[in-house]
Amino acid sequence: MRARTYLLLLLFLGLRAVGNLSLGFGTRHTSAALSINPLGYLAAMLDPFVAAGVAMLILALFTRLALLSLADLSFVLPMTAVGYVIAAVLGRVVLHEQVSAARWLGILLIFGGAALVGSTAQSTTKSPAVQSVGQSE
Amino acid sequence: MTWLLLSITIVATVVSDLLQSYEMKRAGAQSVDARGLGRLAGEIARRRYLILSIVCLAFSFFAFMALLQTAPLSFAVPASAGSFVLETALAKLLLKERIGPRRAAGSFLVAAGIVLLAR
Repeated sequence: MRARTYLLLLLFLGLRAVGNLSLGFGTRHTSAALSINPLGYLAAMLDPFVAAGVAMLILALFTRLALLSLADLSFVLPMTAVGYVIAAVLGRVVLHEQVSAARWLGILLIFGGAALVGSTAQSTTKSPAVQSVGQSE
Repeated sequence: MTWLLLSITIVATVVSDLLQSYEMKRAGAQSVDARGLGRLAGEIARRRYLILSIVCLAFSFFAFMALLQTAPLSFAVPASAGSFVLETALAKLLLKERIGPRRAAGSFLVAAGIVLLAR
């Protein structure tokens, strides 16, 4: 069960990182004003980078739902926070955004915290066996 | 506008996550192979709170998408994680998750890291 959780975690992080990057790149290149006109969202969806980003984020959502079926929310949240590190690094490498010294310290804290949380029990509520009883299938 | 969009993103994310965790724990272990994805889609269609969580997620997503237009990715992503501490507390209070000293300390380090990352 532990290995399966980490596999889903890796898949989720990969999908969300690439999805967000594609979305960020796409929205920067579209002229639609998203926050003002709702139709702007539809126009933005025509951009191939935006469309690919949305597809990957939908798949990431499904992966995260599966992850939440196995582990606590208070376990999944800090573990998936590693994604913010990936975003910061991708932002620096691909979008050429600045990463300050404070941000690098933040990256260290996130990895350290995630490792600590990773050493705790993944699910502390009812056991999966108990949960599956009485489930309508 | 940046802060309004950020607020919508955070509130919608918190509600969505709590509902998702509650429903998925009840749904039992899921997978993401071809059959698993179909089963997950079925769970979303069948479970009321899961549908509501997707609606919240849509609000959070579109607010975040608009935020990405005005703010750099390396600000928008960590800043939208302001929900982190609030969510962990609510997971303990509402979802009855047991948060021991190690998980609490780890979560605190991660939260501090996100704040530094957002600077």
